[in-house]
Amino acid sequence: MSETKNLSKKQNAVAFLFLSPWLLGFLLLTLGPLLGSMYLSFTEYDLFTPPEWAGTANYEKLLGGDPRYIQSLKVTFGYVFLSVPLKLGFALFIALILNRGLRGLGIYRSVFYLPSLLGGSVAVAIMWRQIFSYDGIINHFLWNWFGYDAPSWITNPDYALGTLVLLAAWQFGAPMVIFLAGLKQIPQDMYDAAAIDGARPVQQFFYVTIPLLTPIIFFNFVMQTIGSFQAFTPSYIISDGTGGPADSTLFYTLYLYEQAFTDFEMGYASAIAWVLVAIIGIATTISFLSAKYWVHYGDEG
Amino acid sequence: MTIAETRDVAPDINQITAKSKARSKLMMHGFLILFGLFMLYPLVWLAVSSLKPSNTIFSDTSIIPRHFEWENYVNGWKGVAAPFNVFFTNSFVIATLAVIGNVLSCSFVAYAFARLDFSFKKPLFALMLMTIMLPVHASLIPQYILFNYFGWVNTILPIVTPKFLAVEAFFIFLMVQFIRGIPRELDEAAMIDGAGPIRIYFSIILPLLTPALVTTAVFSFLWTYEDFLTPLIYLTSIENYTVPQGLRLLQASRGASTWGAMLAMSLLSLVPMFIVFFIFQRKLIDGIATTGLKG
Repeated sequence: MSETKNLSKKQNAVAFLFLSPWLLGFLLLTLGPLLGSMYLSFTEYDLFTPPEWAGTANYEKLLGGDPRYIQSLKVTFGYVFLSVPLKLGFALFIALILNRGLRGLGIYRSVFYLPSLLGGSVAVAIMWRQIFSYDGIINHFLWNWFGYDAPSWITNPDYALGTLVLLAAWQFGAPMVIFLAGLKQIPQDMYDAAAIDGARPVQQFFYVTIPLLTPIIFFNFVMQTIGSFQAFTPSYIISDGTGGPADSTLFYTLYLYEQAFTDFEMGYASAIAWVLVAIIGIATTISFLSAKYWVHYGDEG
Repeated sequence: MTIAETRDVAPDINQITAKSKARSKLMMHGFLILFGLFMLYPLVWLAVSSLKPSNTIFSDTSIIPRHFEWENYVNGWKGVAAPFNVFFTNSFVIATLAVIGNVLSCSFVAYAFARLDFSFKKPLFALMLMTIMLPVHASLIPQYILFNYFGWVNTILPIVTPKFLAVEAFFIFLMVQFIRGIPRELDEAAMIDGAGPIRIYFSIILPLLTPALVTTAVFSFLWTYEDFLTPLIYLTSIENYTVPQGLRLLQASRGASTWGAMLAMSLLSLVPMFIVFFIFQRKLIDGIATTGLKG
């Protein structure tokens, strides 16, 4: 095997030739900018005049001096806490039904997956906005069938975020596909053995299916949580780029965008960006720490 | 609910008769079909509404339009300030370059990580994996400052260049996994025949890597095509706008009379994605199932 050979200079040179695109990209577009935004987060910078050192002023502003920032945190956490469980719940539920050896699995899977593929686009956000508008199809349905004069979901601060949560839930297809792949990995022997021990289907579900699926549930949970914190397009389109009505859809990334590219508060926006990195890092760490209490890996015996 | 169903239909695993099994399957099909129609309904609504006159889109809720209002497409295509053929051309140029960039750069890098030995391999690999989890927003602002300094704002370079520098590390990971599945004996045989790493990459790894390259190409196309944030930041003049920006422009200038046009262009903007989906659906679904790529 080549791994056991000593590394010659030539070997290294060839390898770094292949690595060079990523190395360049990493240094220039990831690491450099990360350090850059770390520095900028301690400055005041408007892109046109040189950055001015501001100490921890930006972070102090984040902690208390900026109600819209606090609002964006509330909106984003609300969105993550509602949309991730809803999305994963649908994904798991449908995957479990699809895993029962039904014919036409491929067609069902494609149909349920399609929204997930299109869901992040501007076109779908525009469509969603029309569907939930005051005279949209949802309200027609509610009026004609139930005689309920529903509010305008999109322009009502109490409901606008709800429409975005539903839009996220509509895209349960990708985690569903991952759940299905995970369910297929559970060996039939497990169920047979459980059945011999007298486990009923309900017990099999709770003592075989769910425990063996926990690594996949964990994976989906982490990926969806990270993704949800970064949602941008739907809130931008549904609120006309304002985060309205009354800042009720002011996503974290939308506020970041606004500060950086509309108000040119690049220093303050860098601080906002770094806090997002920290939030995602902490959320991921907590997930991983909690994993040992509820995630079962097959090789534990 | 599955649990409840299971309990109702199968009180004991040994008592399941063929008949009740068939009935429960029929019920599941019924449920899935209804739910599938419910899921697709918004898209059907979009397609139907795009063919209705603007003033009846909301009042007329029928599935079949009374007459087909192709005017919506004609008016929509004219766009605001620039027609949609400009936006589509821009989008396709960017998406095509993104595909080429990702396929080339990520396969180079993946080959190094999967097959070659070099100093600091482990820490570099770990760094590469970490960048997958990193939110793009962390580097967004300094990247903008850098590209602005290069004078690249309002060109496609800030959008396309990162793809040639393997910044979307998920694809590297995907390909590393794939290359690890290619038998090493093939490399070794070639090595005995006197081939160096560069020839092995081009004549052995690259051809065998095709399935992973296709997955990368398909996802690169879709993600770049539907991306809104990056063009929003970098493309400032209308003649450089991509399709999502063109749609946004149409939305921003809307009046009741342009609803039909806006919905028509929304649907049209999804058509390339539909086509890619129908051709590559197996590929897409396998790609997600095996690597957990986000959809």
